Amino acid sequence: MSSHGIRDRVAIVGMGCTSFGERFDTGLDDLVVDASNQAFAAAGTDKDALDAYWFGTAQSGMSGITLARPLQLANKPVTRVENFCATGSEALRQAAYAVASGAYDMAMAVGAEKVKDSGYAGLNAFPVPNDGTARTLTAAAMFSMVAPAYAKKYGVDETELKDVLARIAWKNHYNGARNPRAQFRREMSMETICASPRVAGPLGILDCAGVADGAAAAIVVRAEDAHRYTDRPLYVKALSFVAGNGSGLIDPDYDYTHFPEVEASVRDAYAQAGVTDPRHELAMAEVHDCFTPTELVLMEDLGFAERGTAWKEILAGSFDLHGELPVNPDGGLKSFGHPVGASGLRMLFECWLQLRGDAPEERRIANDRPLALTHNLGGYPGEMVSFVSIVGRELS
Amino acid sequence: MRGIVSAAGYVPFRRLQRSEIAKTFGSGGGKGTRSVASYDEDTTTMGVEAARLALRGAPDASVDALWFATADPAYLDKTNATAIHAALRLDGDRPALDLGGALRSGVGTLRVALDGAGSTLVVSADVRTGLPTSGDEAAGGDGAAAVLVGDDTTGPVVAEYLAAGSATDEFLDRWRTPGERRSKVWEERFGETKYVPLGEQAWQAALKAAELTPGEVDHLVVAGMHGRAVKALVKRLGTKDGALGDDLTATVGNPGTAQAALLLTAALEAAGPGEVIALVALADGADVLLFRTTDALGARSAARPVAEQVGAATDVPYGKFLTWRGMVTVEPPRRPEPARVSASAAGRSEDWKFAFVGSRDRSTGALHLPPSRVSMSGGALDDMEPAPMADVPGTIVTFTIDKLAYSPSPPIVFAVVDFDGGGRFPVELTDVDAADVQIGDRVEMTFRRLFTADGIHDYFWKARPLRTAAASRGGGAGAPEQPGPSGSAPKPTREGGER
Repeated sequence: MSSHGIRDRVAIVGMGCTSFGERFDTGLDDLVVDASNQAFAAAGTDKDALDAYWFGTAQSGMSGITLARPLQLANKPVTRVENFCATGSEALRQAAYAVASGAYDMAMAVGAEKVKDSGYAGLNAFPVPNDGTARTLTAAAMFSMVAPAYAKKYGVDETELKDVLARIAWKNHYNGARNPRAQFRREMSMETICASPRVAGPLGILDCAGVADGAAAAIVVRAEDAHRYTDRPLYVKALSFVAGNGSGLIDPDYDYTHFPEVEASVRDAYAQAGVTDPRHELAMAEVHDCFTPTELVLMEDLGFAERGTAWKEILAGSFDLHGELPVNPDGGLKSFGHPVGASGLRMLFECWLQLRGDAPEERRIANDRPLALTHNLGGYPGEMVSFVSIVGRELS
Repeated sequence: MRGIVSAAGYVPFRRLQRSEIAKTFGSGGGKGTRSVASYDEDTTTMGVEAARLALRGAPDASVDALWFATADPAYLDKTNATAIHAALRLDGDRPALDLGGALRSGVGTLRVALDGAGSTLVVSADVRTGLPTSGDEAAGGDGAAAVLVGDDTTGPVVAEYLAAGSATDEFLDRWRTPGERRSKVWEERFGETKYVPLGEQAWQAALKAAELTPGEVDHLVVAGMHGRAVKALVKRLGTKDGALGDDLTATVGNPGTAQAALLLTAALEAAGPGEVIALVALADGADVLLFRTTDALGARSAARPVAEQVGAATDVPYGKFLTWRGMVTVEPPRRPEPARVSASAAGRSEDWKFAFVGSRDRSTGALHLPPSRVSMSGGALDDMEPAPMADVPGTIVTFTIDKLAYSPSPPIVFAVVDFDGGGRFPVELTDVDAADVQIGDRVEMTFRRLFTADGIHDYFWKARPLRTAAASRGGGAGAPEQPGPSGSAPKPTREGGER
């Protein structure tokens, strides 16, 4: 198997991101128009100048027409993509590869989700006609099995683990409180987080990401063209994606303390980008904190902490806004909620702000490293998709 | 010799304390308990459980036909016995028939099988209910029984069929029009005056045919929804002291269509070799069946005796009981209800869905649940053998409680289960209280109804704690009791022919 990547061949030259939240007054069309127009403006271009579009949405619409109609794109190739919670990231991957291939000069990835029109709390999947034997658990319940497994394997006692998980939520709320685009913009005390009512296993409601509507967009061009659009482009260093085979669900050796799909995708991404010491080479990371135990395990899967040590690093503040490696400086899914199609591009938007020095003072990261990472996963422990991107300020 | 080759009862795990009824409504109820089918059980699923136990008692028997009797069918028009047939993996050329509607069909089906030829698995089940505070609500019970009828070529006969006696009359004692949730009864005294003479008539006929006197009957069980008539008849049958067996009404209640076979099963389990068992059933007439147990009975121990199931039970709050039976509707979880099952998708996965058969990689032994054409280890293509896992116990590796997901009776308790001998499946638990579940608990698979959408019942398997002493043997230390590492099925018999 070869995964060569497209390091430094494609650049991001414009991005946009709406505010996320319960946008009951805003439809999907408005969300994609707003995110796209921000991106066009950032790149100093317009919709007709772009050659192709990829639109990521999990279940807010089908086909490229869902984007082509509100943007009134005439005679353009517009492709709708879906890959669980990595849907927005998948749109970026397709657009970047299309430009790298030489097929197009300029393409846009748009991700959007209108979740709050369902009338239900939480995310709900399209019902595919089936034999009625599949699991009907919520994601919260599936991920809740990670926490006790981790605690047992590494000898962390229950109350200590509760503190670790609460510390993750606390950090992400702290960061989100400093982000005008976030849905939840209030700091949460450790006490409040620990006391939140339980929804699944040991997880309280404040261990879970919220649900929100939102959209984000990115425009990509060949790296050599980047400076025609901006003097501060971001270069794509790595795009890696793995779809699991589901074996973790039925493999007795799987122990719910790590995500093999994440390990595989990040290994590939680091190889593409030439990263060997992520903890010290990355300026920041945006990771898929759908539930607090997910972020805990991701710190180890992504190589930010040694196995069995992430819980200590979290308590020590290593991943805080001004820690050694800031994780989710924008507030993460925890503060933004999770419009499935948009989240991956929302993460990239924070890299766009931070690496270019555009993040507002109150949540600007302190280090000056040139690389940033985004990570998305979708599905459940044992059966998930995982995406990793690495972008950088400089050509290597 | 023709008779009973194997028999088993199924009594659901939950009990309603009858006293709870009066505490809520100020009237109704009574003493003792009644059995309660869980929200995920119906007559079909309970029939499957009883049938599995009966066949466990006769592992080498071939079943020529499956007959299912109930007064509370999960479907009309559509045969319910086919789901039981599928769960048992009976051969495709063996008929599966519903013979139900009336309470008498339970004992009636048994009699027809005994008078017939070949081997017939006779399954009866019922869910009895009535309006809150009614006599039927308190006196009813839920349960099932399965009797494998055959001759010596089927397997060792444990109770020889001696004779039958019947009496039939048209009179109105108890009735229910289709679609009604409650039955109605005529003034009690009228039924009593009809049933007692009919019972005596059938009793005399059967004894005469078997050339027996009442004093030669060692075990007598009497079934019937008309409690007064049953009591009055018993006094007139002339059997010896101690012959009358427990009718389980104080603990299980009266499981209607299944009562005759359930009491017969309990009598068989209490009897020794060479004893005479008499079953009397009063329903729109009277039926009497006489048996003599054989030496083969002594060599057989029930997989899960009725008495053991009667004892292993936990109370259900009255409110839950009313909810489960649809008498009270409570606020559902604020999640979308599941979509109806696709008939064609379910048809394609019949062995998986109804019989919990996965596949096992012939070269690596890796178990796939659901079955897969391509192996997760080694990648072999189309080199799998069927892996029937319904009878393989397992151990809870980890579990969670989901308070958000849709369930007809939240919360969902969900566990990752490792099976003895290898293999893993994440599966919903049932017959548990969330607070009692622990990692390391032993579980077994049970056939359940997950939900109903568009009138289509979604049948599949859940896991429940192994509670009986006999059943949890071999656990703890994790010693695999059933399949070896080669992954051979516990009982590769009954692997239906053409599917």
